[in-house]
Amino acid sequence: MSNTQLYDALSAIDVKVDWVGLREVKENTTYRIIRDGNPQANSRDVSHGIMVEVLSEGQFGYFGCNSLAPEKIQSAAESALLQAKAAAPHSLFTFSDEARPPSKGEYQSPFKSKVEELSAGKLNEILLQAYRHLKVNDHIVSATAMGMIIETDINFVSSNGSDTRQSFLMVQSDYSATAHKRAEYQRRSDNHCLQIGMEEFEIDAVLARAVRVGEQALELLNAEECPTETTHLVLAPDQMMLQIHESVGHALEVDRILGDERNYAGWSFVREKDFGNLQYGSDLMNITFDPTVDGQFACYGYDDGGLKAERDFIIKDGVLLKGLGGRESQLRSGVPGVANFRSSSWNRAPIDRMANLNLEPGDSSFDEVISAVDHGVYMETNRSWSIDDYRNKFQFGCEYGKLIEKGKLTKTVKNPNYRGISNPFWNSLKMLGNQETFGVYGTPYCGKGEPNQAIRVGHASPLCLFENVEVFGGV
Amino acid sequence: MKSQFNQLSENLLNSLHQGEHLKIGVSGESSQFIRFSQSKVRQSGLVEDAAINITLIKDDQTCSGSFTLTGDIANDESLAVSELNRLREEVDTLPKDPFIVLPENSGSSNETHEGVLLPAEKAVESLCPAMDGVDLAGIWASGRIYAGNANSAGQKHWFETDTFSLDYSLITSDEKMVKGTYAGSHWNQSDYEKNMAKSIAKLRMMEKSAKKIEPGKYRTYIAPAGVADIVGMFSWGGVSEASIQQGDSALCKMRENDMKLSDCFSLKEDFGSGLVPRFNCNGELAPQQLDLILNGSLKNTLVSSRSAKEYGVTSNFAGEDEGLRAPVLNPGELDEDAVVSKLGTGLYLSNLHYLNWSDRPGGRITGMTRYACFWVENGEVIAPIDNMRFDDSIYSFFGDNLEGVTNKAHLMPSVETYDGRELGGISCPGILLKSFELTL
Repeated sequence: MSNTQLYDALSAIDVKVDWVGLREVKENTTYRIIRDGNPQANSRDVSHGIMVEVLSEGQFGYFGCNSLAPEKIQSAAESALLQAKAAAPHSLFTFSDEARPPSKGEYQSPFKSKVEELSAGKLNEILLQAYRHLKVNDHIVSATAMGMIIETDINFVSSNGSDTRQSFLMVQSDYSATAHKRAEYQRRSDNHCLQIGMEEFEIDAVLARAVRVGEQALELLNAEECPTETTHLVLAPDQMMLQIHESVGHALEVDRILGDERNYAGWSFVREKDFGNLQYGSDLMNITFDPTVDGQFACYGYDDGGLKAERDFIIKDGVLLKGLGGRESQLRSGVPGVANFRSSSWNRAPIDRMANLNLEPGDSSFDEVISAVDHGVYMETNRSWSIDDYRNKFQFGCEYGKLIEKGKLTKTVKNPNYRGISNPFWNSLKMLGNQETFGVYGTPYCGKGEPNQAIRVGHASPLCLFENVEVFGGV
Repeated sequence: MKSQFNQLSENLLNSLHQGEHLKIGVSGESSQFIRFSQSKVRQSGLVEDAAINITLIKDDQTCSGSFTLTGDIANDESLAVSELNRLREEVDTLPKDPFIVLPENSGSSNETHEGVLLPAEKAVESLCPAMDGVDLAGIWASGRIYAGNANSAGQKHWFETDTFSLDYSLITSDEKMVKGTYAGSHWNQSDYEKNMAKSIAKLRMMEKSAKKIEPGKYRTYIAPAGVADIVGMFSWGGVSEASIQQGDSALCKMRENDMKLSDCFSLKEDFGSGLVPRFNCNGELAPQQLDLILNGSLKNTLVSSRSAKEYGVTSNFAGEDEGLRAPVLNPGELDEDAVVSKLGTGLYLSNLHYLNWSDRPGGRITGMTRYACFWVENGEVIAPIDNMRFDDSIYSFFGDNLEGVTNKAHLMPSVETYDGRELGGISCPGILLKSFELTL
């Protein structure tokens, strides 16, 4: 539907409500996977529907509708109104249309090469070549090359004047290899999630990533076990992504802090009084909510409540300033927030989500960070993650590690893990890499909410040095 | 929806060209979701969703496509024809797949389970009074779920059921929590109120001051809900034949090194409950029962027909992901009512949280304790504990350290809703462990 048609559909709705909004989402997701030399998937899923949301007696009610026919939208609005009215005597909070700020505008994600410029057959050929580079020798017992292409259009109109149109082209590419010798299995992978076009599959870059993954999987077969000790830990940006996500992002979602998630993902060690006060990390720690980083996975112009998305400091010089709370959470809590009221699709109501949440770079080169460590462990690429329901006690595992001895990266170590507690861990941040060490990553599968929603998030970080961290190896 | 699916699928199958094979699947739901926080309504709404998936096979090449069904049969037929034509254009350009599973006709099925559900507009007023006076967070989900399958070999399946669930947490003023679920297909107000009253009584036990536990190894009882979380991990790099063949399973040691778990540990797939359809996305019917691990030994893995072709083994018609669909952990001989006295001194863990393989080839799992977890001394519950991280191996806690399994299995209903409301659940007893390792 064009926004004009969507606006016509909105105008045609005949229900007595204080506010009504229509959010149409159409998403095409194409998967192409080569595993062990053969096609494993060539599929395209199209999800298309409309979220009809009404406000009555201070309570929102919704109907996620799989049809855009005018009579279905009318019926959906009537049903949504019944939901709102039935719930209103038991509302958690009385909202007004202030919770849905009017916005007008457009967003188009950046790309160079259109989807149509890379045929299904050609992409299969590229992934097949990637597979051949992953399989460095017969010790690679399984290898996979995957491309996921996501095309999303989100159009939103509302009775108080919102009219936004957003269009996204996103790619996840992933290359992985499992190596085996005697009783040892080791897996290595390389994952990108970006707002980008088909240039993501430029052949030289794909093959360089694939061969590195294959060679490092083999390297791990002969590696020593990661030592068990409390020591210096240097984390690469592709592990920092997970560290930021689990121990900063989720902890700062204001709906969690307000208790909405207590039955599922959990609560938070952060409380409303902590904003403006809590020393979350060392003074090197600057965290931004940044929907403007070119090509990062969760850039957008407006959230699903209509709030304009802008770059903002969440943590500055280690001090917690703002929460990850959209307009509803801002009204409920009084905590300053950002435009992060997001839903996974047309069939889910928005809640507070991360988007792009980044650790800003410092001024040390890669070599300067490593040379500052007399003894420690360097780790890349997450492979295991678990954290408690208050976002305190975490344990994360990585695919690939190196010992740091006398300021140099030395032996490769396998099964590197570490554990800690969020607040003291971030206060042990001692050194930050510069822009040259900065890596931009993301994931399509951040799970949260009831009913459950998996959503795309982006995290970028420089290389980081932490001190006094408990590290350990495998069984 | 069943008649619409029949019409759609017949039209597609009738339009096939020579040499083309087709598999068609449909799934959908009409659902109400009400989210509660502080025993009040946070969000309330309805979702009408359905999708059809079409897989085209031709000359050892295959591709698939799915799209949202609108419920307007003429519109949906037009979309389906367009999608089939798109697949026809694409399939010729793809590499050949030596492990394609062609459609077969091994029988059709038709199951409809009518329930008695709360009318959507009555749900809030029926649910809220029993929550009075406590702090509750949770999710109500209710409505019809359906799935169907048809193929060019003439096979047809249909499964349709009404279900509801209220999955909730009760929270004390000092933030200790109790988990509860009331789920079924026939709403009973009195049973619901009893379920809530029982949980509220449990919450009172949480009002004692918490005991701080140090990292270390503890004699431990894990209640069925916690055991279900661990068993769920077997769907992720566990009992899948492909994951073992690809070196990505915690059970590789059982296959390759003949490692065994305890004699008390027996895990099977059992579709006897009728809660989930036996047919998979190919329309293949899984055996009614299949032993996976029997008395500690790996007897079978879950094998899809694709894996069967690829690895030269026999299919047991698992789903494409070779995950558990109807898991049952066999009960043992330990009297469930006597677990606290049998435990003696140690930890009573009702629930676990956020599990992940910390060393998958090694079989090690990490996660957290959560909800009603207690310190027990000399067979008496002393105090709730602060939540702790564990990191231990299935070869330890399901192996030599598994002292006993309780004599009653409880169905832990699946309440996840990522790709729509899930069906079924995990049937589990509790387990008594000689030792369980806490690390943080």
